[in-house]
Amino acid sequence: MAMAEPAQRKEYIIIESGDMEQPFSWSAGSYGSKFLTEIRDKAKIWGIKCPECGKVYVPLRRVCGPCYVEMTELVPVSNEGSVVTFSVVSFGFVDPSTGQQKPVPYGYAAIHLDGADSYLLHFIDETDPAKIKAGDRVKAIFEEPGKRIGSLLDIKYFELQR
Amino acid sequence: MMAASRVGIVGVGMTKQRSSRRDVTGVELINEAVRAALADAGIKRKDIDAIVIGNMDHFEGINYVDTWSVDGSGALGKPIMKMTTGGTTGSTVAMGAYYHVASGMFDRVLAIGWEKNSESDTTGAIITAFDPFWDRPTFAGAVAGLALEATLYMSETGATEEDAAYIAVRDRRHALNNPFAHLKMDAKIEDIMATPYLSWPIKLGDMCPRTDGACAVVFASDRVAADFPNDPAWVHGVADRHLWAYTSDPYVNQKVKGGTWFPAMERATAELYGKVGVTDPLEEFDVAELYLPYSFAGLRYMESLGFCERGGGPALVRSGATDMGGKCPVNPSGGVMSSNAIGATGLLRVAEAALQVQRRAGDRQVPGASLALATGFGGCYWSDEIILGRELPDKVRG
Repeated sequence: MAMAEPAQRKEYIIIESGDMEQPFSWSAGSYGSKFLTEIRDKAKIWGIKCPECGKVYVPLRRVCGPCYVEMTELVPVSNEGSVVTFSVVSFGFVDPSTGQQKPVPYGYAAIHLDGADSYLLHFIDETDPAKIKAGDRVKAIFEEPGKRIGSLLDIKYFELQR
Repeated sequence: MMAASRVGIVGVGMTKQRSSRRDVTGVELINEAVRAALADAGIKRKDIDAIVIGNMDHFEGINYVDTWSVDGSGALGKPIMKMTTGGTTGSTVAMGAYYHVASGMFDRVLAIGWEKNSESDTTGAIITAFDPFWDRPTFAGAVAGLALEATLYMSETGATEEDAAYIAVRDRRHALNNPFAHLKMDAKIEDIMATPYLSWPIKLGDMCPRTDGACAVVFASDRVAADFPNDPAWVHGVADRHLWAYTSDPYVNQKVKGGTWFPAMERATAELYGKVGVTDPLEEFDVAELYLPYSFAGLRYMESLGFCERGGGPALVRSGATDMGGKCPVNPSGGVMSSNAIGATGLLRVAEAALQVQRRAGDRQVPGASLALATGFGGCYWSDEIILGRELPDKVRG
C-alpha cells in the first residue's frame, strides 16, 4: 500500500538585500554645523530665535514655520531642563543609522531645556516608569571630549536630578 | 474652463490583509486590488482616465513605484501621480483622486494604496523617514513616539491603560465580522493588559500589526456616476493639516493646560465640519472609520474630532457608543488595530466608509448608515479627514 504523499509545501523565493550599502552624506548646513561643533568642542547647547514671535527653537531650524521668516540669531540655552513626557523603550529594534540592536530598555523623554520653547527627544537614565514624572528636572551628560564627533549623540543622555 | 464636478466612489477592491504575502510581488498585490475594484465598478482598465498611487517607498526599498507597477496598476499609457505622505499616504491618495475628479478634468480616477510591510523592518524604515541630524539619533519609530503621547494623555486626563485596552478589544472584535481583516480576536481587557510592554505605557496588545495588503477605489464624477452598478458614496468634503517638522514638535502644543490637544486634527476637523455643516458628530455620523494606529488614539482622537470634550474619551467609549450597535460605531472593519499595510491603511478607511454608506458592508454593515467619517493619521501627527454620504451634496467642496 502506497504511503500518502505529504502535502506539497509551496516554495517562495526571497532575495535578501544582504550587506548592500547605500551610504549618504548629509549636510548639516552652516547653522546646524555651528550647533553640532559647539556641542562637540564646548559641550554647549544653542537655540535659534525667531525675530517675529521670539520663540527659541532647539534643535535648530532656519525658518520659523508659523511666522515664515528666516531666523539668524543664535542664543544660548541651558544644559538643564525638565521632562515634558516620557516612555521606557523595551522592544528590541535595529537602529538603521548603525545597523546595531539598540540596547533596551532605556528611558526616553521629550525634554524642555531652560531657555528654549521647543523640545528635544533624548534618552534619560531611568527605566522604571514609576520613578519618572512630567516636570522632573534633568541635566545633559556629555560624552568625554575626545569621543565627541559633532552629533546629537554627543549628549549621551539626560540625568534625572533627584 | 471645465466645471467642477461632485465626486462619488463607485467601486472598491481590497486584498485580504495578511501578515505576509510571500506568494505575490508588490505589483501582483496591487493588481489583485485593482482587478477587484474594476470588477466591483463594472468597468475595464480602458475606462480609467487617470491613476493616483501611493505607498511608503522605504518599506520595500523600491523608489520608483509609479513606473515599476504600471502593469499591475493599469496605469500603462495613462496619467499617473504618486503621492507619499507617511501614514496618511492612503487617505492622501483618496484626496488626490478626489481632487482629480472634482477639478472637472477627469471623470473616472483610480486610487491605489498598498504596502508589503513583511519586506523590511518596519521600525527601521519609519526611523529613516525622519531627519538624520535631529530625529534619527534618538528616535525609536512609531511605537516610542506614540508612547510619549499616551503618557502625556494619561497624566493630563487620568485615563488608564485599561481604558486604552478597551479600544484594542473593540476594534479586533469588530474585525471578526470582516473577512478581509488581519488580526481578529475576541479578547478581553485583561488579555490586552497581560501582553508585554513595548514602550511603556504601550503594550504589544495596544499596537497595530504590520500587514501586507492593497486597496483600490474608483472615484467618478457626477456626469458619469449613474453609469455604474453601485449607488455612489458621495464625497461631501475633505480637509487636511500637516503641521510639524521634527518628531519632538507635536508635544509643544500639548503641554500647556488648556492648550491645543492635537492641533492638526482639530484644525482639519473645524474646517471640514464647517464646510459640510456638521455640528454634533456623535449624533450626525452614523459610522466612523478612523486611523487609530494604537489603542490610546481611540480615546484621545475622539476628543480632537469633537465627539466629546477633552478628557471625555474614556467615558464615551466605555458607554458603548462606539461599539457595533452604538450611536456611532467606530471601525466596524476592525480598523488599523486589526490591519495595517501602511500605504493601504488610509485608503481602506475611505473604502470601508464608502461600503457603509452604500450599505454593502456585509456582516460589518451599520444598519441604515448614511453619513460616514474617514480619517488618516501619520507623520508628525498629520491628519486627513473625509466625509462620505449617501446623498448627493448640493455643491463641490474643497
